Amino acid sequence: MLRALLLTLSVVAIAHAELCKPDAQNAFKVRISIKTALGDNAYAWDANEEYLFKAMVAFAMRRYSSKSTTQISNVLLCNVTDRVSFWFVVTDSSKNVTTVPGSEVEAAIRMNRNRINNAFLLSDKTLQFLKITSTLSPPVEPSTPVWLIVFGVVLCIIVAGIVFLVVSGIQKHKKKNKDSTERENLEEKVEVTLENGIPCEALDLKAGHINGVFAADDERFTSL
Amino acid sequence: MSKDLSAAPEIPKEDDRPKWDNKFQYILSCIGFAVGLGNVWRFPYLCQIHGGGAFLIPYFIALLFEGIPLLHLELALGQYLRKGSIGAWNTISPYLGGVGIGSWMVSVLVSLYYNTVLTWVMWYFINSFQEPLPWSVCPLNENRTGFNEECHESTAVNYFWYRKTLNITPDIAESGKLQWWLILCLAACWLIVYLCTIRGIETTGKAIYVTAIFPYLVLTIFLIQGLTLPGATEGLIYLFTPNLNILKNPRVWLDAATQIFFSLSLAFGGLIAFASYNPTKNDCEKDAVTVAIVNSMTSLYASIPVFSVLGFKATTAYWDCLDRNIVNIINEFDLPEESIMRQNYTSWISFLNSSYPEKIAGLKLKNCDLQEFLDQSVSGTGLAFIVFTQAIILMPGSQAWAILFFIMLFSLGLSSMFGNIEGVFTPLLELQIIPKSAPKELLSGIICLISFLIALSFTLGSGSYWIDIFDRYAASVPLLVIAFFEVIGVVYIYKIKRFSKDVEWMTGRKLNLYWHIAWRFISPLLLLIVFMAFVTLQLQKTPSYTAWNPKYEGFPMKEEKVYPPWVQAICVLLAALPGMCVPLVALFHLVKKKCRSKDPSFVPSEVFSCQGANSTFSHPK
Repeated sequence: MLRALLLTLSVVAIAHAELCKPDAQNAFKVRISIKTALGDNAYAWDANEEYLFKAMVAFAMRRYSSKSTTQISNVLLCNVTDRVSFWFVVTDSSKNVTTVPGSEVEAAIRMNRNRINNAFLLSDKTLQFLKITSTLSPPVEPSTPVWLIVFGVVLCIIVAGIVFLVVSGIQKHKKKNKDSTERENLEEKVEVTLENGIPCEALDLKAGHINGVFAADDERFTSL
Repeated sequence: MSKDLSAAPEIPKEDDRPKWDNKFQYILSCIGFAVGLGNVWRFPYLCQIHGGGAFLIPYFIALLFEGIPLLHLELALGQYLRKGSIGAWNTISPYLGGVGIGSWMVSVLVSLYYNTVLTWVMWYFINSFQEPLPWSVCPLNENRTGFNEECHESTAVNYFWYRKTLNITPDIAESGKLQWWLILCLAACWLIVYLCTIRGIETTGKAIYVTAIFPYLVLTIFLIQGLTLPGATEGLIYLFTPNLNILKNPRVWLDAATQIFFSLSLAFGGLIAFASYNPTKNDCEKDAVTVAIVNSMTSLYASIPVFSVLGFKATTAYWDCLDRNIVNIINEFDLPEESIMRQNYTSWISFLNSSYPEKIAGLKLKNCDLQEFLDQSVSGTGLAFIVFTQAIILMPGSQAWAILFFIMLFSLGLSSMFGNIEGVFTPLLELQIIPKSAPKELLSGIICLISFLIALSFTLGSGSYWIDIFDRYAASVPLLVIAFFEVIGVVYIYKIKRFSKDVEWMTGRKLNLYWHIAWRFISPLLLLIVFMAFVTLQLQKTPSYTAWNPKYEGFPMKEEKVYPPWVQAICVLLAALPGMCVPLVALFHLVKKKCRSKDPSFVPSEVFSCQGANSTFSHPK
């Protein structure tokens, strides 16, 4: 009985070693950079973390194919290095000693990438599944570009300044014109009242002055 | 050719010509005109490539023998004759009227393209209010699997400048379309210029308080910030380490002379216009020395923060290079994280190279050299819009730094624009292009509108190539020619004895021997040598440019292309036309005189021309 058990265990172990090795079919390499992501709060990568990883992969497979047949024991990890990097495969328990096709695993991981990342407090860059590209999130674009708003503000200020200056210029111009016409009127009046030094009121504006000098001469000559 | 005009100096009337509110406004306007974008992005570059601290020697010699004498000449001229450039040179001698027209032309050409540079600054400014800064990340491509290819191959900063801002075409012959966002910013810039120059110095005098002083504040802030950045000291040491051997290279002396000349904004006519609004009894000698020294000190002061930031950028790039190599090694050899740090990188590399040379070779690690990063020197728009913006992304609180930086560049450029526009505005006002009764606001509006419409051509896809052409040809050779004729004209045609008497009358003391020697011999000689050397260097190779072509096999390197013949013709025209005005106008007057002198009953026109030109212009406020 014991021998049979040992035999099956060794067969399983060898089978597993066959299935999970670097560059095996349907195997994926994972690279984790905990210290880069968390700095001082980094946790150590130990067997418990590996268990969690297996659980997350199994969870992803279950969610993707929605048949609850994938067990944690179906996920095999191997070649764990100090980096931390390792390879994993997902075996199919219904078919003996085969692995789930890589495309399925890839699709499952892709679908649940966010959940897997968050379980380890990592991101797409620090929990890398080599060969599985991640879709990049689109940048947040507001409906009106920000620069247009700023431009509008700047333009309003400038136009307000120009209008103010032009209007004040026109007002000053008008005031200056009014002042200069008032001054001209004042000068005219002053001029009118003084003609050749003789005030107009003194001048007889009717027929003119009789010049005594010529008048006297006229009387001396006899008329023709 | 020498004319002996009326013996007594004409006492100009202190009439309704606009005046500066106070002396400080005038000095600040001159300083603002002289201190421009070149002080920030050309002088530090020249210092760097010409042996650091050693460059200061030819720079100060050029300042002493070329910069200060020419500056004093222009300020004294404008202040005494109380006219803009065209009127002033017509007064000196009708044969020299071409000098005034030439400098007016150069002012027009420079105003056109300079404001487009300010348009780019404004575009970056209004884009600095976003988080994250738009030049820090590459946009995604159509199916969102990766980044935009052009952006990915070069850098995000390059992409934002060449594609999102300029939308540059791969060749100057391809004009591309008008870029609507640049048109909007161009309109805003010309409106700002109109707002500030609407009534001539009345309005620029108020605006200059802000635009001339603000850059110094920002430079100080950047200085303090820059010095606290890691790697700043490397940058500064690299900048200022003198390499005295470089002085044997004549190119260094040429660059120093041209830098001083263009930095002080001589021969534009703007300085003459500014000085013409001064009261005649003003110490122009002290003003000239003050402005020149402040300009040079500003260049030095600006190079400190610029180089601290460049040193920071080089250090960060060096660290990034190391980090990338380290990650590659760790991934390849599956070593634990943080086993290789920057400090023990070299020892690890040598160990791994000896034990696994093929693996290391297979990784294709980039050779990280700090000197190489520091050596990447850039000047001009590349410094501001590519290198500096990249450095700003790395600083904490990048939005604030970006906003500050671009406002500073904008004020620097705007205060120089005031001088350029004044160089255009004042002569036109005196020539009475518009009737006297029309307000000044109309003339400045017409100038700004026409300039805006012409400058729209710079918002095409090929616009930045054209701006390079204008910068290299319209704003270089003609200025040297005009300045040469300015000195010769004043010293040998107006006669230095007469001019020194005028200056004595204005300043109240005799002219130093230094001025006599500089004006009579040294400055004209220096200008002649610089002009010949400059032209020789330009003619040595066919004019070429570097184009941004994503389809080029060396992309992201820029493609070296030769200008097509029609563009070369335009370059020659731009360089020759303003300078040609001088002999053309002299010839015109000579011919006119000969025609008139054939008719003996006719009184020679020169007797009246100078009196006619002396009529003071009165205009409604």
